[in-house]
Amino acid sequence: MLTVKMVVTGPFNAGKTEFIQTVSEIDVVSTERKISSPQERVKETTTVAMDFGRITVDDSLVLYLFGTPGQKRFDFMWEILSEGMLGFIVMVDSTRPETFREARSILEAFRAFSPTPYVVAASKQDLPDAWELDDMRVALRLEDGVKIIRCVSTDKESVKTILLELLESILAELEG
Amino acid sequence: MALQGNLRDFTVTQLLNLVNLANKSGALLIQGPNEGARLIFRQGKLAYAQLASDKDGVQGNLPSVLHRAEKINDAQLNTLRTRAAGMSDKELGLLLINAGYVTQQDIFESLQAYFVDIVQQLFTWVEGHFKFDPTQDVPENRIPVRIALENLIMEGSRQIHEWEQLNFEIPNLDMALAFTDRPGVNLKKVNLNVEEWRVISYINPKNSIRQIAKASKMNDLEIRRIVYGLMQAGLVRLIRPEGAPTQLEGLQSAFPGVKPAEQKSLVTRLMERIRSI
Repeated sequence: MLTVKMVVTGPFNAGKTEFIQTVSEIDVVSTERKISSPQERVKETTTVAMDFGRITVDDSLVLYLFGTPGQKRFDFMWEILSEGMLGFIVMVDSTRPETFREARSILEAFRAFSPTPYVVAASKQDLPDAWELDDMRVALRLEDGVKIIRCVSTDKESVKTILLELLESILAELEG
Repeated sequence: MALQGNLRDFTVTQLLNLVNLANKSGALLIQGPNEGARLIFRQGKLAYAQLASDKDGVQGNLPSVLHRAEKINDAQLNTLRTRAAGMSDKELGLLLINAGYVTQQDIFESLQAYFVDIVQQLFTWVEGHFKFDPTQDVPENRIPVRIALENLIMEGSRQIHEWEQLNFEIPNLDMALAFTDRPGVNLKKVNLNVEEWRVISYINPKNSIRQIAKASKMNDLEIRRIVYGLMQAGLVRLIRPEGAPTQLEGLQSAFPGVKPAEQKSLVTRLMERIRSI
């Protein structure tokens, strides 16, 4: 059986775990722990090693989704997770511009680890204070060819769109 | 137990703080990835500094230091190098003061500036090993100074903070730079300093930022500072350097043992499956 993987990355609390949970056919193997830092206590738990989801195509092909830990002190995991990936999704919380700089830094780090296609998912677009995509593109300094797509991590259709856009980019790359 | 370890665990600023608070005397030997340094302290004050690349002490001897501080000119430097080759810095210093070429203050200020400059270079070292040897003192032929460490530690802390910020913005020096295609931007109308122009002159998809730094004789902090400024001004952007693995090459490692013709079919199957979820 052939297994391929995609990586879902992004800053702390961008919605990576929810994204994987929404489409994974197994309960996400999540390594969440209670947050100790008062500054980061905007949610109860955070991923400390990785999230792991699965989508089985058939007996011969399986797609694994790996979610990276969002906190900077776990960035030693990034290079390991990026090895042999098909592509990656950078999730950015559209309502928290203070995380854009970190998102940009994570994007650059993954580009350096493995030159594979990627898309940027602008998460929490259902919230009233979400930034517009065009503004996020400028703030994140994304080049014209880089896809930035609206995302609501709990909405299956939205998550599917992101995955399909990334696969489209991968297909385009393979077709040269 | 010997005071030794890794700069990842204990930064240069923390080491200076330790020396300062404990009033230590001896040599702090630091070996970074590309350079080494020896800092000698007397009772918690910096007395002497030397880079490992200056093994024979030419850069750090008194004539060179005075020339660097523009206290003596090129001709005087050459004369001193030939006529005073066998003299110690102490003997030469006395001679120069008595001859009226420089004052004692000139000598101390020049040496202090040179040593501080060496220490400031160390603040950007994040990789390497250190060892403190309490038995070493300032070499006999050199002039010791007495520099309080508080200001150096403050400067080091500021540089570390800046370093972390810049490292965050430009994590990978193996990327190349390209000019942005913003209409209406004319480089000639932008006020750039000499170092910025030097970096600009090397911008080419073939040159990584690391290579530009090497060609411009800049350390990691200096090149990051300039590139960050140029990026913020919207003049340049990061690109993958020419010759780096392409996305297509990167994709091959995602399909171990799968022929290129079959790879497209696999991606199509993945897309069909996701549509069906």
